[in-house]
Amino acid sequence: MSDKIQTIENLSIGFKSQNGREVFILKDISTQINKGETVGIVGESGSGKSTLALAMMGYTKQGLYTISGQCLFKSKNLLNMTDRDLEKIRGKEIAMIPQNAGQSLTPNLKIGYQIEETLKLHSTINTKDRQLKITELLHKVRLPSPNIMAQRYPHELSGGQQQRVAIAMALAGSPKLLLLDEPTTGLDVTTQAHVLELLNEIAKDTDTSMVYVSHDLGAIAQVSDRVIVMYAGEIVLDGNVREVLSSPLHPYAYGLLNSIPKLSLPGLPEAMPGTPPGLEQNIKGCSFFERCEFATDKCKNSKPELFIPKNKKMKVRCFWHSKLSEKKYKPNYDTHSANKTKKLDEVLKLDKVSITYSKQSILDQLLNRFSEKNITVKDIEIEINKGETIALVGESGSGKSTILKSIAGLLNTKNGAINFKKNITLSSDVRNRTNSQLRAIQLIFQNPDESLNPSHTVEEILSQPLKLYFQLSGDKLKENIIDLLKKVRLTENYLYRFPRQLSGGEKQRIAVARAFAAKPDIILCDEVTSALDVSVQAAVLKLLQDLKNDMGTTYIFVSHDLAVVRAISDKVAVLYQGRLCEFGPSSEVYKFPSHPYTEVLLGAVLEPDPDLKPVLTAEDRVEESPPEIGCSFQSRCPRVLGKKCFTETPPWQISKNGNAIRCHIKIENLFKQQTSEN
Amino acid sequence: MVSQNQISKLKRVSEVLISIFSRPSGMIGFSIVILHIIIAIISPLIVPYDYKEFNSLIMLRPPSEEFIFGTDQLGRDVFTRTLMGGRVALLVTFFGTLIAVAWGGFVGIFCGLVGGRIDDIVMRVIDAFLAIPWILAMLLIVVILGTSTQVLIPALGFFYGKGIVRVARAATHDVIARDFIMAAKARGHSNFSIIWNELLPNVRDAIMVEGAMRWSWMLLAFSSLSFLGFGVSPPTPDWGLMISEGRGLMSFAYWSVIAPIVALSSLIIGINLSADAFAKALGIDRTQKAPV
Repeated sequence: MSDKIQTIENLSIGFKSQNGREVFILKDISTQINKGETVGIVGESGSGKSTLALAMMGYTKQGLYTISGQCLFKSKNLLNMTDRDLEKIRGKEIAMIPQNAGQSLTPNLKIGYQIEETLKLHSTINTKDRQLKITELLHKVRLPSPNIMAQRYPHELSGGQQQRVAIAMALAGSPKLLLLDEPTTGLDVTTQAHVLELLNEIAKDTDTSMVYVSHDLGAIAQVSDRVIVMYAGEIVLDGNVREVLSSPLHPYAYGLLNSIPKLSLPGLPEAMPGTPPGLEQNIKGCSFFERCEFATDKCKNSKPELFIPKNKKMKVRCFWHSKLSEKKYKPNYDTHSANKTKKLDEVLKLDKVSITYSKQSILDQLLNRFSEKNITVKDIEIEINKGETIALVGESGSGKSTILKSIAGLLNTKNGAINFKKNITLSSDVRNRTNSQLRAIQLIFQNPDESLNPSHTVEEILSQPLKLYFQLSGDKLKENIIDLLKKVRLTENYLYRFPRQLSGGEKQRIAVARAFAAKPDIILCDEVTSALDVSVQAAVLKLLQDLKNDMGTTYIFVSHDLAVVRAISDKVAVLYQGRLCEFGPSSEVYKFPSHPYTEVLLGAVLEPDPDLKPVLTAEDRVEESPPEIGCSFQSRCPRVLGKKCFTETPPWQISKNGNAIRCHIKIENLFKQQTSEN
Repeated sequence: MVSQNQISKLKRVSEVLISIFSRPSGMIGFSIVILHIIIAIISPLIVPYDYKEFNSLIMLRPPSEEFIFGTDQLGRDVFTRTLMGGRVALLVTFFGTLIAVAWGGFVGIFCGLVGGRIDDIVMRVIDAFLAIPWILAMLLIVVILGTSTQVLIPALGFFYGKGIVRVARAATHDVIARDFIMAAKARGHSNFSIIWNELLPNVRDAIMVEGAMRWSWMLLAFSSLSFLGFGVSPPTPDWGLMISEGRGLMSFAYWSVIAPIVALSSLIIGINLSADAFAKALGIDRTQKAPV
């Protein structure tokens, strides 16, 4: 083996619970990071991956302490060093790149100054050369015109640029080890792909070791050489990224991989049953015992060791790994049936809907004039049929949530109409809608922590819509509530719990139940799975699909995750800067992404396969506001035709596959260009 | 019958209570306040002398076995008057606080929810009132309407509600940005229903803690009024009044003011300690993370 940068030996970290027992966050972790190696640590929330990453720089979160073991860096144990000594190592030898760079940069200091501070602390460069070094660093992270960038404040940069600055700061001390804690989680798909590409290049150029912590196997697959899978504070699998992802030998890793929706495969992924064990639970045997399909009494009573099976190149903590290697990783998807044959009734139609957040000037108001400036969402035309799932996709700022809010009546439209069941025009203000119109459209939000009132019990939460729309009370109300709980695969036991006593997946189930309580025609889903772990996400998607099949509900599904959209939707609308780019059946849009923007977007999606590299064709840039004339995608489009794109709004074209795109380039020519490049 | 739902809620209340009493500040603070309240209620039955009986023969006696806190310039027993001196103050400020919390809380939540022009107007009026020194305004009210408790309670309640309006409004703004309020709006609930079901349970804690703090300030304010001669009229015993009467003689008859001062300050400290522990138990202390 090559030189070790860091060795972790039998590390256990935990805290004392209220009754004095030791509770383990990390259990007996032993591993090492080699020189020039990128190690991905993957696991669901609560698996201890962040705690492990922090321990690697000698930090334990407040309240936690090292129970046993050590973390050796240059043969010194980081965990019993004084803060003084750690200061010399942190930033210089070991650097950290945080999840949210926007929050970790000081808002009132210029970028250049902040990097200079790091240089002052961690290098011996003199004042004159420091400016050169700053420019060099900013250039290294491929920020355009580094000299100008250095004079900017953090808020003047986009999320991706802020993350690049954070990387530049981490590189300032030329560290031996770089720790990255979910560095791309908050970023758009295209930006994420660019940042990962940058990290790959840095790893290659500087020979820095990296530890990449993420819940996203797609990102891990792109950057890491080795991957460590964590479950309930333990390493369950540790090996070469290609081998782990192609034939995972641990049932947890297997289930995790299976529960990720993939672009290449339509249909819903398989959900993993159960939830991870609680922290205080005393586990004698394998921690995955309760959720494992191979579990036997042996697993219950004795803990498997982490070992390297014969002829394999990975360490695994499972007795039955051989059964898995026989099983061979083969995704099992149940494809949902898009009912194409039946003539479907139209339930909702957006007719040239435009929305703006900016207030109109008094003059415009007086003259009842509609100003064309700063329109967030413009001329959206979508028809939605009963029982269909329509997905709105696009990067942040594409106006997808804005459209959803206006359908719910929470945001006034400036122009156009929302027609419900052909003959009813819905008011754009929720207060002017009738009870039955309100009932017909329900919302499910992204984060169930936010969308459930923390001081209400589950019973109260679910009784709200039932009381409001159906005037139920007493036993009838209770019966209905229990019915709803059963529908979302929960039991009566949940009735009197508060949201904080539920897991993330359970909370989202309650939110789903609340939406279905109204017996709605349309449910608006705003990024409903993005706050959830992948295995939970798969279960929630399955639940939504089942409920739809039972009740014939229509979903309007907003998501930035294109693989999730692929899994659940019948039709896709691709939005850029509040303008519709492409609309069509999802199978067609994914198979033949005709619009240049759809092509860029799909190209940037990360699949959990190290051999499927994202294709980056467009520049990673954020526009502040959409262009006033011409095509909305003009400034980033890799296929700009010419002047026409900047001056004329592109016309709609319909391909023979049934997807409509808005582009000046003839649809046949687009196909030709794409196929010739491939 | 108590429903399952209420049991779940009671559990939360008992958790808060346990948390309050497991803190030294909560334990001491609540004990002091409860002791004061008990004394205020039963004092007429246990005091050794009549509180208003003058006796020129025993004026300004120092503490002795007969009069443990001594006597005042009119020969009244200071111990008796101290025990009874909190009765009016507690009564007035307790109900005053309730009024302050009720109107301040409601106006604050309402303004926070509706926002816009109504919010602007109400808040500017509140600001204007905040600019008036409370003591001047109180004196004006008392001079015009008299010093009866029927005047003092609403007057103090009104003046101390203004601050609660601001706190309630700020707490509402915190909650209102969250998705469950948007969910309720999207379902089409009325403003009243949103205030009652969604907002109140979540801003209640902040308002209650603020109310507890206001109580101690109001107690001080009431005693100041009495001290200035605009609160309780003699011969009714009251700490503020007693301090005022004994003030001139303090240099040689310190005992006539020490007892009411200790009584008043211990009550205020007690309330403050309790409010502090209360806030911490509810998790709205600034140094602690709020429970989700």
